[in-house]
Amino acid sequence: MPSHEIRSAYEAVIGLEVHCQLQTRSKVFASDAVVFGSQPNTNISVITLGHPGTLPKLNRTAVEYAIRMGLACSCEISRYNIFDRKNYFYPDLPKGYQLTQDKTPICRKGSVTVRLKDGSHRDVIMNRIHLEEDAGKSIHLAGEPDTLVDYNRAGTALIEIVTEPVIRTSEEAAAYLTEIRKLVRYLDICDGNMEEGSMRCDANISIMPKGSKVLGTKVEVKNMNSIRNVQRAIDHEIDRQLNETEKGNAIFSETRTFDAGNGQTYSMRIKETMNDYRYFPEPDLAPLVVSEEWLESIRAAMPSLPQELHRRFVNDYGLPDYDAGVLTDSRETADYFEEVCRHTKNYKAASNWVMTAVKSVLNERNLHINDFPVGARELAGLISLVDSGKVNHTIASQKIFPLMIQHGKSAAAIAEENNLLLQSDGGILQTLINEVLLSNPEKVKEFKKGKKALLGMFMGEVMKRSGGKADPKLTTELLGKTLKEI
Amino acid sequence: MNADKETLRRIAHLARLDFDEKEEGKMLDSLNKILTWVEKLNEIDTSQVEPLTHMTDEVNVLRDDEVKEPLPHDRGLLNAPDKDQDYFRVPKVLE
Repeated sequence: MPSHEIRSAYEAVIGLEVHCQLQTRSKVFASDAVVFGSQPNTNISVITLGHPGTLPKLNRTAVEYAIRMGLACSCEISRYNIFDRKNYFYPDLPKGYQLTQDKTPICRKGSVTVRLKDGSHRDVIMNRIHLEEDAGKSIHLAGEPDTLVDYNRAGTALIEIVTEPVIRTSEEAAAYLTEIRKLVRYLDICDGNMEEGSMRCDANISIMPKGSKVLGTKVEVKNMNSIRNVQRAIDHEIDRQLNETEKGNAIFSETRTFDAGNGQTYSMRIKETMNDYRYFPEPDLAPLVVSEEWLESIRAAMPSLPQELHRRFVNDYGLPDYDAGVLTDSRETADYFEEVCRHTKNYKAASNWVMTAVKSVLNERNLHINDFPVGARELAGLISLVDSGKVNHTIASQKIFPLMIQHGKSAAAIAEENNLLLQSDGGILQTLINEVLLSNPEKVKEFKKGKKALLGMFMGEVMKRSGGKADPKLTTELLGKTLKEI
Repeated sequence: MNADKETLRRIAHLARLDFDEKEEGKMLDSLNKILTWVEKLNEIDTSQVEPLTHMTDEVNVLRDDEVKEPLPHDRGLLNAPDKDQDYFRVPKVLE
């Protein structure tokens, strides 16, 4: 562990590169399908395999998805784009070069606001988002003398989202990744699944004396398949660099891999002059020009973003910041909540129901909110039933709500059929009150002598006898009156 | 401009070219001739000229996002120097 002294003398600087596989049906430069889990080498074409004489052709939807992400991050959109060849040899790269954007990334600058645990906000400044193609998959099996290559993934459209080196802690990095994942899911351009590799993250990490203007030597850490693991890898790597520095050792520019098993990073290769990608413009792809009209049509088709919804939930629905955060966690949850609010004005009650009762059922049954058996209108009906005083909250959540999930009937129908409506018949309540008071003569005496706290006990007894259904307001009123008259 | 042996070796490595030391002299000579020839371009002032990246003025040659019939699996593997039923096989690559 690095000493307290060195920890307080140095600060970390982190930049993230996030690759997201775009959910287009076909590949970025060819018409073979993009499908996860197919038989090896079945989603291929002569373009994907890099056969001589073939011509790549750009997928319009991939361009639009990349621009959507750029707009969501307030980037500048490049109006004139060319593609570049990034040259290197690796078996999963059939052409010997990757088609990417070096000089003209489709989106530049921009930022993403992240919320930290202490409630503060930070803007993570971005450098660029560019379009490129994914590589195939190399499979190294134990005991197998060869490496096996599957090109199904080769040519899948990717966006690479690159931040400036402005992230200071692993917590900020995790918050940023959570936000990026939320955005790509809201925009419906990537499923954000880090375990399956449709979203991947590389972290560039360095340390420097606090307040320094000169960045330290950066180390790239790869192979982290969850946000949690990115956070662990960064923490470990910062500590490792602090330790090395404390021992007087230099930090080498290198690529390290993260081992989730023990939370450590290991050196993969020293970065050297060998990584000379010799970028040059791809002559086989015509320049891409993004016109004002095209950009406007993409902008017009943008769904509401989590931050907009968050603001709306706080401002228009008067919800606390916390509620807005939970409800906008996924687009579907936010949509469901808004749909409930179309049928009730009690927004806070709607929020409570969605955040607690609905969410816990979803978690228990591992359901997606789109498959939730109680419709938004029906949930609003239950809220109205409680608000009208016809049922109390306990009965609504413990008896009516579970039955709604089972039968899909309206709350009012269930309450009626199962005799769950509050007892507001004064005559019946009076009978119950009389019974309670008659069977507790000692307590009544004590009450009359001034032990007013006993009112709660009488109230509880009446409730019990009514099966929890006594209208509390009317009961309090009648009980008070009866006690006074005794 | 004159490239030295180290530059030659670096370029050869990047291009995965293999030649022995005897040939190095010849290659270096040839490389320098090419460089000298291309240097001729430096005689022109191109500071006001945009780089020429494409030979036509065509832009936005795009396709709709449609899946078409893929290359049949066996046809895809046909020319591979080494393969099995499912995969292209290459000499072991380990990072």
